[in-house]
Amino acid sequence: MRAHRYRKSSSVLNEFNARIHGGIVAMLIMSALLLGRLFYLQVVNADYYQVRAENNRINVTPILPNRGLIYDSKGTVLAKNYSSYALELLLGGADDPDRVISGLADLIVISDEDRRRIEDALRVSSRFSNIVIRDDLSEEEVALFTSNAYRFPEIQLSAQLYREYPYGEITSHLLGHVRRVSEADLQRLEQKGLKTAYTNSDWIGKVGIEAFYESTLRGQLGLNYVEVDSRGTEIRLLDRQNPISGQNVVLTINIALQQVAYDAFADQNGALIALDPNDGSVLAFVSKPGYDPSYFVKGLDTTTWQQMLDSIDRPLVNRASSGVYPPGSTLKPFLALAGLEAGLRTPAWSMWDPGYFSLPGSNAKFRDWKKGGHGQVNMHKAIVESVDTYFYKLADELGIDTIHRYLTRFGFGAKTGIDLPSESNGVAPSREWKKRRFGTPWYPGDTISVGIGQGYNLVTPLQLAVATAGIANGHSLIQPVLTKAELDPTFKKDSTSITPTRVRPLLMSPQNVKVLQKAMEGVMRPGGTAANAAAGATYTMAGKTGTAQVFGLKGEDYDENTIDKKLRDHALFIAYAPADDPTIALAVIVENGGHGGSVAAPIARKVFDAYFKSQP
Amino acid sequence: MAIFHWIKTELTKTLDGPLVALIFTLFVISLGMLYSSSQGDVGAVMTQAKHFAIALVLMWVVAKAPLEYLSRLALPLYLFALVLLILTALIGEESKGAQRWLDLQVIRIQPSELLKIALPLMLAWYFDRYERVLRPINYLVAALLLLVPVALILRQPDLGTAILVFASGFFVLFFAGMSIRIFGFIATLALLVMPFAWGLLHAYQQRRILMLLNPSADPLGAGYHIIQSTIAIGSGGFLGKGWMDGTQSQLNFLPEGTTDFIFAVFGEEFGFVGVLLIFLVYALLIWRGLKIAAQAPSLFSRLAAISITMTFFIYVFVNVGMVIGLLPIVGVPLPLVSFGGSSAATVLLGMGVLMNFRANRRIVQT
Repeated sequence: MRAHRYRKSSSVLNEFNARIHGGIVAMLIMSALLLGRLFYLQVVNADYYQVRAENNRINVTPILPNRGLIYDSKGTVLAKNYSSYALELLLGGADDPDRVISGLADLIVISDEDRRRIEDALRVSSRFSNIVIRDDLSEEEVALFTSNAYRFPEIQLSAQLYREYPYGEITSHLLGHVRRVSEADLQRLEQKGLKTAYTNSDWIGKVGIEAFYESTLRGQLGLNYVEVDSRGTEIRLLDRQNPISGQNVVLTINIALQQVAYDAFADQNGALIALDPNDGSVLAFVSKPGYDPSYFVKGLDTTTWQQMLDSIDRPLVNRASSGVYPPGSTLKPFLALAGLEAGLRTPAWSMWDPGYFSLPGSNAKFRDWKKGGHGQVNMHKAIVESVDTYFYKLADELGIDTIHRYLTRFGFGAKTGIDLPSESNGVAPSREWKKRRFGTPWYPGDTISVGIGQGYNLVTPLQLAVATAGIANGHSLIQPVLTKAELDPTFKKDSTSITPTRVRPLLMSPQNVKVLQKAMEGVMRPGGTAANAAAGATYTMAGKTGTAQVFGLKGEDYDENTIDKKLRDHALFIAYAPADDPTIALAVIVENGGHGGSVAAPIARKVFDAYFKSQP
Repeated sequence: MAIFHWIKTELTKTLDGPLVALIFTLFVISLGMLYSSSQGDVGAVMTQAKHFAIALVLMWVVAKAPLEYLSRLALPLYLFALVLLILTALIGEESKGAQRWLDLQVIRIQPSELLKIALPLMLAWYFDRYERVLRPINYLVAALLLLVPVALILRQPDLGTAILVFASGFFVLFFAGMSIRIFGFIATLALLVMPFAWGLLHAYQQRRILMLLNPSADPLGAGYHIIQSTIAIGSGGFLGKGWMDGTQSQLNFLPEGTTDFIFAVFGEEFGFVGVLLIFLVYALLIWRGLKIAAQAPSLFSRLAAISITMTFFIYVFVNVGMVIGLLPIVGVPLPLVSFGGSSAATVLLGMGVLMNFRANRRIVQT
């Protein structure tokens, strides 16, 4: 019994010890599993997890650079920055943004525009960036919010840099404006490989100088490396990479002159370009009406945006370089030069003007603006009195191919290459152009209208000014420029001077050009179409008026008093001064203004007066 | 001088010197990690030191008790714990969606913790008692004694404790000589039942298991713990970031850094080298436990000792496994290191039992 018990007991004990060994083996295998995994995490992949831990810990926040300032040629600031506070709805912070905002509205004025803009923003994306509730708070509002901030954990007060344009709508089309980058902007930047250079709440130049010189003005983002805890609370600043301020840009514009020009339009719409015919620098760049660029800086809601788009005055169209108009009679000096250069006319050649022109074998009459005609007309008189009949006949004899060749030489139908985005080409019509555009052949009758700057001709005020400068300097078509220098704000680098890159000789005989210069001087003297505008001037000038039909009135008499304002003729005027040694050339167009001589020329005169008064 | 003599006798006769040394090593690690992980909260460190002090007294009392008290107490202790467990299910306090605590006015206890020590003692006693007449029916009864409390703990629900309690009972059965074939049969059965058992798990338990398979599917939700703890451990690298310099824990990216996830803090601050060292401490402790079990004076003490030792290993394995993303998160603390009084008390009670066996090893020789 005892022996049996011991036997059994020892067999149990043997089994027990065997199983302990089994247990040890099992524990060793399981420990190896743990150590294997730990080796994998801490030795094999340590670098990877160290990066992830750093990403957890370090918040990289961008610091926006100071955008470069924009100056006029005399050093007046046209675009600057100021810092102010904005209220932002934190990204993904509010489950019920409406409630938060109406709560905030008890404290701080939130306009209907703001509300609509916030709604727009919430609809598009609330997850990727903070939404600005109110920009540019006053000091009182900042204080009011700060003392109530505990009630609005979803709202953050943030210091922001804003762009300000002291001259507002006067410089709106010239400078353009900056806006906060949109989703579409970011996609575009990504394609250009520039996405990392911008943050979600960044500014970007949208049109005008701001857009064209974006890369110059912008500068470079700085970065803050901030240690944060799991709740995003900032613990300390680990490192800071300072932003690099953008370069300042100095324009060739004379803001005083620009102001005079803008005001001279009074309540009319139109455009004016004044430039130095010797180097192409633009002195005034006016497109009226302008718009208030601060709308775009502060964010625009869809309703206001739609109103701007729908406005009959089309304030968002840059008329000066993107707007196209029939040149009317302002095209005549260029056609006359074509006649001389092509050898079809001499200054002395003259014809009898019965008040109309008909193509051989046709009864259709192309009428002169003056009933009964101008009598015997040579080239000088044809320019001074703007005789249509003379140019109908000249155009017919030149033919569209020759006309196209010479108009192209004056830069019509092509971009001038000014440093602005979205310039229009205009139209210098040709057989190929008409075939391409309308699919129809060129008819001889088409050429006749081209002779007086109607028909298919379309020019931008800028093209007209550049061509006028060509006649003024007598030898070259100069690419216009708006900027004369880029300045490093810290003065660490030399400023870069900008000079026109493209100067194209006109390749026309100086004597021929002289004939036209004299004729254009005649326009400003008694008997000329713009004589009134020149009366009493202390300097000499040369010019040419134009009146461009907006609407073809067939067979009916045109009476500007009874016709709808929008159908009235455009008034145009090109000029330069002083006549013998020009330092300023310009082109003016007054939309639906009526006659060039009585409406557009006086505006030019005011600009000239202001210009020469300021010049010693 | 007398006090040193007393300590010396206690350490050699009642307590086990090597075990005490290893336990104190873990205490030092625990308090150091708590100080770091709580960002220098001396209060938390003092509280934990108090927990340890109480647990040490319990250990000492158990170690000093006559050996036969332990076997005689096994059944009443088991029944007492079971009653408390049932009471908990009926009138227990609910917190964080689980009913684990019982408020006895004087003291708030977690009866499931008590079972970690009561169950192995009970089963060891049971097998000792029926050693000479062991029949298959005894294994069935033993299995029942094991499964009833485990089921009650699972119901609370407390998967972590259930696993540990189950493990402690399982080891007694296994080392009592239960047929390997029966284990194989039960394991196969369990695998077959698993798909059905899945449906019985609570939604949060299912989520945790799924998270283990793909933690990045919900990085801010259920996967957050696993992701942040693997980042913490991995970024510790070979040598670690240094004490108090773990960014994951110091900046609160790591949740539960003082309790269940304290191993991640350790791994981040002391690296792979530190991990090897703490594993060595645990290995030595377990080795000592195995040795005590092998030299234990009776079947009861052998079975209880081996169960306590192996369960201690499972404790470490499950905790480290879940922290490094090998196992689902089941809420098992790292023994003797994680913050908490109950866990320290039960673990040291077990150590006290081991020491008792060690002190009595020569009384009966097999």
